[in-house]
Amino acid sequence: MEKILLEMQSIIKDFPGVRALDNVNLQVREGEVHALVGENGAGKSTLMNILSGWYGYGTYEGKIIYDGKECEFHSLSDSEKVGIVIIHQELGLIPYLSIAENMFLGNETARKVGLLKVIDWNECHNKAIEMLNRVGLDENPETLIKDIGVGKQQMVEIAKAMAKNVRLLILDEPTASLNDQDSEHLLELIRGLKEKGVTCIIISHKLNEVEKIADAITIIRDGTTIETLYKGIDEFTQARVIKGMVGREMKDRYPKRVPKIGEVCFEVKNWNVEHPLFEGKKIIENANFNVRKGEIVGFAGLMGSGRTELAMSVFGKAYGKNISGTIIKNGQEIVLGDISDAISKGIMYLTEDRKGSGLNAIDDIRHNITIANLQTISNGRVINQNEEIKVAEEYRDRLAIRSTGIWQTAGTLSGGNQQKVMLSRGLFANPDVLILDEPTRGIDVGSKYEIYSFMNKLVEEGKAVIFISSEMPELLGMCDRIFVLNEGHIIAELTGDEISQENIMEKILTDTRERSEHGTDQ
Amino acid sequence: MEQINKSFKANIRQYGMIIVMVVLVLFFYATTGGKFVKPMNVYNIIMQNGYVLVLAIGMLLPILIGTIDLSVGSVVAVIGSIAGIMMYRWGQPVWLALIVCLLCGLIIGIWQGFWIAIVNLPPFIATLGGMLIFRGITLVLLQGKTLAPLPNSYVQISSGYIPDYISQILGKESKLNITTMVIAAILCFLVLLGELRTRRQKLKYGFQASGIGTILFKVALISAAILLVSWRLALYKGIPFVLVIVGVLAIFYTFILNNTTIGRHIYALGGNARAAELSGIKVRNVRYGIFVNMAFMSAVAGIVFSSRLNSASPLAGQNFEMDAIASCYLGGASASGGIGTIMGALVGGLIMGILNNGMSLMGISSDVQQIVKGLVVIFAVASDILSKTKSSK
Repeated sequence: MEKILLEMQSIIKDFPGVRALDNVNLQVREGEVHALVGENGAGKSTLMNILSGWYGYGTYEGKIIYDGKECEFHSLSDSEKVGIVIIHQELGLIPYLSIAENMFLGNETARKVGLLKVIDWNECHNKAIEMLNRVGLDENPETLIKDIGVGKQQMVEIAKAMAKNVRLLILDEPTASLNDQDSEHLLELIRGLKEKGVTCIIISHKLNEVEKIADAITIIRDGTTIETLYKGIDEFTQARVIKGMVGREMKDRYPKRVPKIGEVCFEVKNWNVEHPLFEGKKIIENANFNVRKGEIVGFAGLMGSGRTELAMSVFGKAYGKNISGTIIKNGQEIVLGDISDAISKGIMYLTEDRKGSGLNAIDDIRHNITIANLQTISNGRVINQNEEIKVAEEYRDRLAIRSTGIWQTAGTLSGGNQQKVMLSRGLFANPDVLILDEPTRGIDVGSKYEIYSFMNKLVEEGKAVIFISSEMPELLGMCDRIFVLNEGHIIAELTGDEISQENIMEKILTDTRERSEHGTDQ
Repeated sequence: MEQINKSFKANIRQYGMIIVMVVLVLFFYATTGGKFVKPMNVYNIIMQNGYVLVLAIGMLLPILIGTIDLSVGSVVAVIGSIAGIMMYRWGQPVWLALIVCLLCGLIIGIWQGFWIAIVNLPPFIATLGGMLIFRGITLVLLQGKTLAPLPNSYVQISSGYIPDYISQILGKESKLNITTMVIAAILCFLVLLGELRTRRQKLKYGFQASGIGTILFKVALISAAILLVSWRLALYKGIPFVLVIVGVLAIFYTFILNNTTIGRHIYALGGNARAAELSGIKVRNVRYGIFVNMAFMSAVAGIVFSSRLNSASPLAGQNFEMDAIASCYLGGASASGGIGTIMGALVGGLIMGILNNGMSLMGISSDVQQIVKGLVVIFAVASDILSKTKSSK
């Protein structure tokens, strides 16, 4: 246990114009789970990219000592040779290949026949099954990746690492896109790896998980190591870690607000949505909900419960087919034909998938902010570019988007700041009802707090917010009312004292059980 | 300053290409013993490349949304054949032929847009089909024959020029085309006015604006380029109509892309289609519009080209789509969409044209010319990619 497997000494990494890492030190003992925490942009991913050889030897200063030897990794394959495998936040699996094919991609079991390498598929499958058993995933190795859920994909990634004889596994935000159940399963697996002698470095924003699973926690802030906490020696609580991360004590993780709730301003009745590809398959059935002015309403539910689908189908039919039901805004029935119609009638939705369907990563902050509401800064169809600059500067200021200026390319911002750009876009569209889908996914505690405060400010101005989240504590901390969704149905509406994590989970479990017992689904 | 820096960075590729162009001009000037910059040759370069430039302007839009249009060359041919049949076979007046040609361009665009935007066919496939269909229609229409000659006034579209009205009024015989120089001077003045207006508005908003000195320097550079080319042209026949067509289209489309909501929608769509959709952009309409526009521009190029050939030929327009695409990529457009400018596409097209013309003057055979052009495209885009990966790591 006490043997040091990895030591990174005084790592310095410069990017044009910024020093991303300034004297970072990291010490990982063999067989431990070592968590790396810090705000977005603190340099965690950069550090891991150096370790894995993504940023090759020579592009940084400092030493990497692995297994007692100083190492010079020039590429990912160099580090993989000695058993260091990194699993990125965005999974590196190819959707249309099978589990087995993905698992041995670039690492195929092959015989040499002349110049060619011929893959031995039987051998491949046998090995794949063995690896799947080791991670406890019961799937046919011929199943295509696209047909299994994100949670299972994550496990395939780990199995893939096992196939490479991993000794040091680096997991970058492994549970960011998983629901509680899948996360739990994954953490279980990581614990299991430890017994098999695999050392893990885990980057995570979910501090409750870190607290549960880690043996040591290294905190990084602004590109430098702040401290390393050891289980059993140091205080090992979330509050302690947050203090280290933000450099001050954070009393409340959710800003306080005195609710000033008005009348119902947005109401959806008898809402039905079918799957966009499989016609007839009901995704949302008979949903009813409403929001009042000055209110934050939460949508709780497991992954796949239909929260996002419900929100998007309401948002100008951005999802689904054969949508039926009525929408009432300020007492009047309205029809939202398409997305631009919805925006112009005061409904705005911000996606959970920031990179995939949110930001235009190659364009600058300015254009990303104004794109949903160009007509306010245009004369006819001609954009007043000076007005646009003014607007962009204003929002950059208001939301404290940390950047070199409104001309910075959005893709180069850290996650929290990208989210603030998205939020600016939503606000500039000037909606009465703002739907936020996982607005705090994968961003750090500090940015989260800023986004919560902003939500509070919005409802204080008399707007209504619908807040979709997989993180139960933030729903509990922020919402005045919570609708619980399960398998496409709204199964409960909770207010006041009824709102608790136990209550929500119990509703979901009872509902799931009843549905399977009665076989009512379809 | 930050803005200037940023826009400089964004345009560095374009500036780079302008420098390449200047170097090429100097190179050919030296190797052809000055023949390259003779007034008649400058005139020829514009004549030879007018239609490619029109196509490059049109092609930039599909490229900006990450697609291409392969049918361009065939559309050029089919429009040429329609023009030929109307005027040569049926003896219809030129104006009617022009209207019909442009209308046919729109109809072709509506056909292609239907498959791409409504049926959601990948543009590569829809326009690959179009390429075969319209080439076939051309062969059917012309029955494999070339129709020539075309009426003189039609031919003027490509080979005509703005007559020297001012000399005529003054009643003076001048070797230098005075009208051309006056137009050039007016243009320079307008550029200056435009820059000053931009500056005034920036100041009104309380933004930092470039100083008068910087503006004068910039305007002086642009004016020098305008005056130099006009001077060469004025020594020959004057400003060709083709240049007017290209100029007007270039200014119009630059304005559309930079200053209007439609332009912004196109860039947003190219940057992240799903995000654009969720921002309320009517993706289908934008895609439809782009392919209608492309076909319309192909019709314009078809008119210019058949007028230049003075005939309707079944083989016209082959590989034009490739020239247009290459021009855009040379000019800094990204193959995955979202990045590119009209100015860049024009510079790219001109580089190809200058290479063609210069190498011909040097007596290099056309097969070798192809090899050189191919290498230039590869090197230009490769250097772009290399410089990008370097700066991102």
